Amino acid sequence: MQILFYIAGIVAIASTVMVITRTNAIHALLNLIVSLLAVALIFFILGAPFIAALEVIIYAGAIMVLFIFVVMLLNVTREGIQKESKLLNPSSWIIPGILTAVLLIELLLIFSGVNQGLYNHAYRQVGSAVISPKQVGISLFTKYALGVEMAGILLMAGIVGAYHLGKGRKTVVHRYLSELTPVKSGEEETKNG
Amino acid sequence: MANISVGTGLLLAGILFMLGLLGVLIRRNVIFILMSIEIMLNAAGLAFVVAGAKWSQPDGQVMFIFILTMAAAEVSVGLALILQIYKRFKSLNADNLNRMKG
Amino acid sequence: MYGLLWLIPIVPFVGFLILALFGGRIKRQIAGIIGVGSVGISALITILVGINFLASPPNGGSFTQVLYSWFRVGNFAPSIAFHLDGLSLVFIFIITFVGFLIHLYSAEYMQDDEGFSRFFAYMNLFIGSMTTLVLANNLLLLYLGWEGVGLCSYLLIGFWYTEPENGYAARKAFIVTRVGDTAMAIGLFLLVRTFGTLNIQSILHSASVSWPVGSSIALTVSLLLLGGAVGKSAQLPLQTWLPDAMAGPTPVSALIHAATMVTAGVYLIARMNVVFTLSPTAQLIVAIIGALTLLLAGFSALTQKDIKRVLAYSTISQIGYMFLALGVGAWSAGIFHFMTHAFFKALLFLGAGAVILAQHHKHNMFEMGGLKDKLPVTFWTFLIASASLAALPIITAGFYSKDMILWHAFADSKGSVWLWIAGIVGALITSVYTFRMVFLTFYGKSKTEISYHPKIKIKIALVVLGFLSFAGGFIELPDSWGHFALLSDLLKSLFPAPTLIHEGAGLEIFFQAISAVLVIGGVFIAYYFILKNPAFSLKFKESKLSKYWFSGWGFDWLYDKVFVTPAVFFSRINKSDFVDEIYTGIGKLAVLGNKLFSLTQSGRISWYAIGIVIGGIITLTIVVFL
Repeated sequence: MQILFYIAGIVAIASTVMVITRTNAIHALLNLIVSLLAVALIFFILGAPFIAALEVIIYAGAIMVLFIFVVMLLNVTREGIQKESKLLNPSSWIIPGILTAVLLIELLLIFSGVNQGLYNHAYRQVGSAVISPKQVGISLFTKYALGVEMAGILLMAGIVGAYHLGKGRKTVVHRYLSELTPVKSGEEETKNG
Repeated sequence: MANISVGTGLLLAGILFMLGLLGVLIRRNVIFILMSIEIMLNAAGLAFVVAGAKWSQPDGQVMFIFILTMAAAEVSVGLALILQIYKRFKSLNADNLNRMKG
Repeated sequence: MYGLLWLIPIVPFVGFLILALFGGRIKRQIAGIIGVGSVGISALITILVGINFLASPPNGGSFTQVLYSWFRVGNFAPSIAFHLDGLSLVFIFIITFVGFLIHLYSAEYMQDDEGFSRFFAYMNLFIGSMTTLVLANNLLLLYLGWEGVGLCSYLLIGFWYTEPENGYAARKAFIVTRVGDTAMAIGLFLLVRTFGTLNIQSILHSASVSWPVGSSIALTVSLLLLGGAVGKSAQLPLQTWLPDAMAGPTPVSALIHAATMVTAGVYLIARMNVVFTLSPTAQLIVAIIGALTLLLAGFSALTQKDIKRVLAYSTISQIGYMFLALGVGAWSAGIFHFMTHAFFKALLFLGAGAVILAQHHKHNMFEMGGLKDKLPVTFWTFLIASASLAALPIITAGFYSKDMILWHAFADSKGSVWLWIAGIVGALITSVYTFRMVFLTFYGKSKTEISYHPKIKIKIALVVLGFLSFAGGFIELPDSWGHFALLSDLLKSLFPAPTLIHEGAGLEIFFQAISAVLVIGGVFIAYYFILKNPAFSLKFKESKLSKYWFSGWGFDWLYDKVFVTPAVFFSRINKSDFVDEIYTGIGKLAVLGNKLFSLTQSGRISWYAIGIVIGGIITLTIVVFL
């Protein structure tokens, strides 16, 4: 089982690297889906099957598909993709690379127990117990019921906001001016004829 | 089912988070920036689930559900904004969105 | 009658206020009546008070009238109070009476000037300040009057302000006297610190009790007060302003720069005589300054072309005589000379004014002449005044006062034969330049036509002063002729008696004879060189010595090089004011900071994201390692 974890981990890391280095948006998104699937597998190994399912259904299935739809809606042409590749020159990788490397090193230092007392659990074994959906459900609707309600409100705000922001801006014509639009030709013919 | 050390799990989450961060800092296209943010959110969720599994409690998974919900809402609003930006500026380069400078 | 004392300064102040506020709106005649009338009322009250004082002197020889308390700081509480004794009586009599005559004269002299009411406003303010100065019972009120007369001098010298030269002359007068005023102020500070009060009588009493003779504190205070006195009285080394002050109207020169303001220094030294007596060194310095100044100014007067400048240098010279008198301890002699000098010098200036009016406003004596028969009143009064100035024996007032000074300069224990020699040479020079002036202006061929004949107001002023120049000396006869000394009796209680080391009526008459011979000889010298043989004087005028004396012995040049040029240089390089730069520099620094920080707001998302990451790194470092 441990080997599976490591394989899934490597796949996740590799596909994430691919995501951030592609120039074509669709390619990057597909790689992201692969990464998400790998993470779902890791969830399963850790004993959280419900979350693994949710990860695939919602994250990879709904959110990424939404992404793909929007990217296709934007209709990026071949020149756009080539322009994108021009922006991604190696020299721009240096400073962000250094900064993130520093952060990663600090994380490792924390795990290696630099600040003793807090992180000596790092070598504890985990994943032996499976948390069933039933347990998650009970916890959600008793202990975290308030959070669920707030998540609901958040989603509603998201829907309303996305609707309004996504709408095209229509010019508002005063109702008197709209009467000046010409009558349909079909009606005229029936009158005459 | 398996016995993996907490440190390894968190390390994986950390690496994924850093990769997402790298994407945010480097890419100029707003869609890629949004994608990288999703990667970071996902990595944070992974860290939560690992922590929940350590204590053998469902709290980590519940937290992940909330993160998921928030990511969904944020993506929808963010993409709607990206559509408006594209309509107005006719390009997806984040460097063009500098009206707030000075 | 003493209760009216406070009106003497106040009435001219009221006149000043009325003319300053309403002068532009009232008719010229009314302004003239207010201006002349206020000083006239002052003079009348002075005469009444004076008669009362002489007939029945007050207890202790002095009368003090307190008006109100000025302010109080700790134990220091000066008040507005007036003090009348023999000395201040003499001064206010001169100031108001001669002042009244000069005001009357100016009513005619300035009749065509458009600044008529402004002129009388300033003149009234001057009379008010000067009477305050001499009547003050504490040094702070005296200083108020001192500054007031300085201000009026500035305003009146630069009266015709549209001409820039007049402004420069006024400024020069003010700045030079300011140097003296500062020294005097420091002296006042020392006195307050030592005695805690500026009340004159208190200071004189305390000083005589607590200061030993020849002590350094007495010397310091005396020298500082002397500094103020030489500034106001135009003595060495601050005498450069008076010749240039002739840019003002002639009545101003008569009143301020002949009769009254320039004698404020004499008054100060006479008033503080106890302090000066306690420091023989300072008193000697007073005498030496007097002697040097009278010679210096006398030689300068010998070469001048402008009639008013001759009189200006003459004033400096005569005040030198007064300082000489005070310096050798002949206090009454100095005051006596002040009195006679006021009469004849004011008359000389007024006469010169009449001549200037008559000669198309020209001042150059070499362009005048032959006015003897054309302006008779002017000529005869001018002649009497000149004789008084030259101290012609017996028949003039100046003879009595100047002779008293010369005798004391020789015979007093503080005098010396050198001082006497200086005085006697000065007398000879005085006679020469005075009659040079008379002969050039009134005798010889007429070079300019008469443009104006003086009328009744000018004539009254001239005649009255002429009489006083003749008869004013008879109130004090020399000791060798008998004891008829009205003035000395009046001032006896105020001053220490002079101590003579050479006694004897015969000796005194001998010295009088010497001076009489020299003076009459001077008349003949002037007659010879000006009328009989003018060629020599014309040749002398071109010589270097003459030019040196003409420029006032080069003091203007010296002060320009030593003081003015460095000051102008430093103010020029400090044009942008380095102290100010420090404060604007702070502002500039803030603006620079703003520019730098606004560069960090580039508006780009990636820039801000990197900022967040860097912040995260720093926070983690602190948490992990510290």
